[in-house]
Formats: sequence, structure tokens, C-alpha cells
Amino acid sequence: MARHIVARTSDIPPGGNKVFGVDGRDIVVFHVNGEFFALLNRCPHEGAPLEKAACVARLTSPEPGIYQRSRVGELLRCPWHGWEFDMRNGQSYFDPKRVKVRSYPVAIESGEKLQKGPYVAETFPVHVEDSYIIIET
Amino acid sequence: MSDVIDRPILAEEEAAKSRLRIIDCDVHPSIHAHGDLDQFLSKRWQEHLRTYGSHLRTPYIGTTPYPRSSPLIARRDAWPPTGGPPGSDLDFMRKQHLDPLNVEYGILQVLDLFIFSQQNLEFGAAIQRAINDWQLAFWSDRDPRLKASILAGQDDTQFAIAEIERCAKIGRYVQINVCPRANEPLGRRRYWPIYARAQELGLPLGIHVGGYGGHAPTGGGWPSYYVEEHQSNAHTMAAQLTSLVLEGVPERFPDLKIVFIEGGFGWIPSATWRMDRHFEAFRSEVPHLKRRPSEYVKEHFWFTTQPIDEPDEGKHLRSLIEWVGADRLLFSSDYPHWDFDDPRYAFKTPLSETERRKIFNGNARALYKL
Ligand code: FES
Repeated sequence: MARHIVARTSDIPPGGNKVFGVDGRDIVVFHVNGEFFALLNRCPHEGAPLEKAACVARLTSPEPGIYQRSRVGELLRCPWHGWEFDMRNGQSYFDPKRVKVRSYPVAIESGEKLQKGPYVAETFPVHVEDSYIIIET
Repeated sequence: MSDVIDRPILAEEEAAKSRLRIIDCDVHPSIHAHGDLDQFLSKRWQEHLRTYGSHLRTPYIGTTPYPRSSPLIARRDAWPPTGGPPGSDLDFMRKQHLDPLNVEYGILQVLDLFIFSQQNLEFGAAIQRAINDWQLAFWSDRDPRLKASILAGQDDTQFAIAEIERCAKIGRYVQINVCPRANEPLGRRRYWPIYARAQELGLPLGIHVGGYGGHAPTGGGWPSYYVEEHQSNAHTMAAQLTSLVLEGVPERFPDLKIVFIEGGFGWIPSATWRMDRHFEAFRSEVPHLKRRPSEYVKEHFWFTTQPIDEPDEGKHLRSLIEWVGADRLLFSSDYPHWDFDDPRYAFKTPLSETERRKIFNGNARALYKL
């Protein structure tokens, strides 16, 4: 697995996202409630750009008239036909066995730690006080 | 995990795209700014629009025919950077849709201002007329790929015919659009003068789903949810196809070409089989029909593809296409609406080269004489 240092954590505001070209693929990284999730920026249905997806809550209803919202902001609603995917693993909710968005492990490491490791890319200036987003592909 | 897609656009897809230019039979332009229509509306109707606005046939106040699934039923990525609603900025439409998808022609379908759902027919006719002029001035004149349709609500047949005549003289419109949910089923005789004129002019009749009728959209009444109402588009189309065929419109106007737009096509086989069976039992009730309903369907009607049904098994879609006929289908994207179809991925079953040529281009070229 290649590790790619793509941005500072501060580059993506909470609730926002950013697209990175990694190995010829567009990968979109979302920042939700202090966590970062990376997915291929193409919906598996007809290819819509997921960077334009709505970040919504999971809405469930154990019985008519009772509604529960959970995991606020962690579900992606495709900008075109509205299919919903779990940001954590790319799984769809309506047909999890068959349809999935490719997702990538994301790691956050401090600049200090990065400086010690082998992945200090020259193109990424390192400030020890910052944290960096690393995607594994 | 058979459907996990992990790929940038493949080189072959790029190549296929450039080989086949697409005729998109359902592109929705919108009015960018209030007042863009002013130049085409008389003072009388400008003031009416400002003072009274729309008075629709729907029985419920405060609902809009544009739900609800997505603001303005639009793709979330289709809002132009210049402001205004999706579909209202030609440059952005070119950049996002016409150029990258290699659209050779796009047939415009305007839904703004609930054109066909106005209870005040005179006001309805005024905005239809204004929008007909606006389609040329703001779209076709600026991008010759975009072809306009003559909007002519049929509930006042006289207005409709006058507007059809006026536009036909201009000579740049490729189709006559009537209301999908008029006051009576579309086969009724009160509408026949319009069909007669369309036949004489050689312009196809376009019927695009949507709008607000005075009747409930389903035979069971008014649905609770958008998802129900959206589903009802297919029933409404099936009802109108049945009415047109059984009341004898294609029998009476054999050269009239009728296009159902945005109704999909999955419902056609069963609707037609049922008509055929019933026709065998009850033909004495409709002796004006000389042939089986399916024969009229296969010769006089065309269907745009979106929204394409997506059965779990691709082979079922395959059978649908074969039954309806590749020569009856016209590709449509429905850009910029939320259920947009991307021509590269919309058909979840392989098409032969001949089928692709017909569906994506050839059928529409012949039908609209492009
Ligand atoms: S392209 Fe994402 S749901 Fe259709």
C-alpha cells in the first residue's frame, strides 16, 4: 500500500471536502466531526462526482411514526440519483452486498511524526505543529 | 462485490464517446433571472404575473410541483456559478453537459412557470408564447445545437392552434409540446384539431411528464410521498398512451408522430399486451380501430429513455429494449435534473453498435429531421 500525504488537516474545514489526484484517480476526502474519510470521487451507479454529495444523517424508522437520526453528516447522498453511502467504508445502505464506493484508509499523523518517517515529500512543507492527512491506496 | 467501480474513465470509453455524437431529447433550460421573459410578455401579462402569479389546477395550496427530493429537482452539481437555477446558464450547460458528453443536438423541454398547469388559460397561453420566443432568443440563437419545442397547452384549442401557426411560420421549432395532464385524457376529440395541425405541419407531438393536473396523479388518489408521485409518472403515461390509441388518434392521424418524454419505457410491454388482449374481447366497443393496439404503439409512438428501469438482472432490461424496439427509443439525459442519465452508464446492459446508433442518434435525427 502506497501512502500519500495529501494535505494539512486544516485545509479541509469541518463539513467540507477536497479532491486529490492520487495515482491517476480522483479521491475525495471528507472532514466530518473531526474525522476524515477518503473515497473514490465517482459514484458506482452512473459516475457522479461525490464531492458534490450531500453529507446527511442516517435516518431510520423502527416502526411507522418513530424516526431516529444518527451518525449526523457521515452518510453521503449522491448528487444525482440520491443513493446513500456510508463514508466510513463506502457501503451503500440499500444494497450493501452489491454496491459500494471504493474507500481508502485515512491516517492522520502529526508533522513531528512525519518528519521522522520516510514519507516527508518535498512538495509538502512540514510544520511540526500541524497534522497531515495521509491516504493509503 | 461485482459492482464496485474503481476506475477513472477508460480510454475506450473516451473513444466510444467521440465516435458517437449524442442527440439528447430532454434538456431542461430555465429562466435565469426574473424579468428575462418581460421582453416577450405584454405589459398586461407582466403585471398579471407580478400581481397574481400562478393559479394552478392543484387542489392544495402551498405545495409545489417541484419537490422535493433535491432543490428544484436538480442535480446538486448543476447549480451555475453565476447564480440562477440549474439549467439557466448556457455557458455552464455547455461546459458541464453539451461539450463533455458530445451532444450534437439537445431538444429543449421547458417546465418553468408551470406553463401547462395554469388554470387561467389566457395567462397560460401568454406565458407559453413568451417562453416559445425566449427559447429561440436565449438558447437556439446562441447555440444552434439546442432545438426548441412549440409549447401549446391544448385546453384552449384555439389559442394552441394560433400559437402553433405563429411558431411554425418562424420555422425553427422541431416539435409541438402539449400538456401531459390536460383536463381530459389526451385521446379526446376536443384535442384533435391540434393533432390534425401537427400532422399537416409534419411536427412530432411531444408529451413530457410532470406539471400539475386538476386530477389526482394516480387512480388511487393523491399520494403522500414524492416517491409515490414520481412512480405515478409511469401510470400517467400508460393512461395517456391507452387513451390516444383506443380513442383512435393514430388511426385517424396516421402520419402523426407522438413522443413520450421522461416516462421511461419499462411499462410499455405490459400496458400494450393488456390493450391487445382487451381489444380482442371488446373490439365491438371500439370499431374505429382497424388494427391491434400494439401495432399502433409500434408505428406511431416514440419514447425517450430516461428514467431507464434498472432491474437487478441486465437481461431483463435487454428484453425490454428488444420488445419496445431499438427504433422506438430516443436517448435523453434529463439534464440538469436529479435523475439525470449519463449516456455512458445509463444502460446497464450491453447494446449492439446498431442499437447504439439508433438510440443515441439515428432515431432522433430522422424523427426531428435534424
Ligand atoms: S450516479 Fe450516484 S446515484 Fe446515480
